[in-house]
Amino acid sequence: MFNKNIDEEKKSSEIDDIDRQLIIATQKGLPLDPRPYNEVAKKLGITASEVRQRLELMLERKIIRRIGAVPNHYRLGYRANGMTVWDVPDRKITELGKKVGTLEFVSHCYQRPRHLPEWPYNLFAMVHAKDRSEAMKMTDKIAALLGKDNHGHDVLFSTRILKKSGLRLVSKTNDY
Amino acid sequence: MQLDSLDRQIINTLQKGFPVSERPYHDVAEILGTSETELLSRLRKLLDDNYLTRFGPMYQVEKLGGTFTLAAMKVPIERFDSVAAYVNSFYEVAHNYQRDHDFNMWFVIATEKKEEINNVIDRIKTLTGIKVYNMPKQQEFFIKLQLHV
Repeated sequence: MFNKNIDEEKKSSEIDDIDRQLIIATQKGLPLDPRPYNEVAKKLGITASEVRQRLELMLERKIIRRIGAVPNHYRLGYRANGMTVWDVPDRKITELGKKVGTLEFVSHCYQRPRHLPEWPYNLFAMVHAKDRSEAMKMTDKIAALLGKDNHGHDVLFSTRILKKSGLRLVSKTNDY
Repeated sequence: MQLDSLDRQIINTLQKGFPVSERPYHDVAEILGTSETELLSRLRKLLDDNYLTRFGPMYQVEKLGGTFTLAAMKVPIERFDSVAAYVNSFYEVAHNYQRDHDFNMWFVIATEKKEEINNVIDRIKTLTGIKVYNMPKQQEFFIKLQLHV
């Protein structure tokens, strides 16, 4: 199911050298200049319209999820970042995961493997709230939605960021 | 710095996407009823003050042939800082969070090749003597792109 079409996956991951350079030039951000794509084009020695065309294509191919701003949850007042984890029946996980994923306060929702007996949870849903009590209310809502399919859950709040370097996608030397 | 309503509008709007046009800031400024110059200076400030961590294209590692996983450890608290330093020393470890739970260390490992994930996990296990629980995502149900402020 998540292994859908290997050929399609392979094709979509094919990028040429210019795409690679374009990714390296923009993965830290777009220039804050009235003509940002022209600035990037200058660096790469290609035209701005080629830069735009390549970005459009990567958006279509979902190599770029989107172009936009990434908010800092903590700085914006969302201080309680809880990873809620759930033990739900494997045979119903797709249906349940989709339901939980549609809740407006859930930012990410994934199926991950259990590690029995220490880790019985197979469904992860991230919630972001102003404080822990609000996050616990969100957790209660997820519990209510899962009903009798919830065989156990827990919430893990982050207390410290130990490292955050971002995902370096292409170059091992060009980021940080 | 206090956010005013234009700052909030900028944050909300720019999370939804950004035009691939000749003068994209101008296009967004028009929608917001402000000027290109004002939008650019506010955006610079929001980034400088760390209200936004990034602005630009968000690339998907997996689509580029890379792979990543979430891993967790139960680290004895007296060893926490030294284990954190060791785990963080790996280039492949992108994020690492402490969480208040028996499973108190959670980190993302990103590599170009799938088999490299296991190498990193094995080295951490061997050197720390602590079990590393590999929890790669098996299905993704939803990723919200927006935080309303």
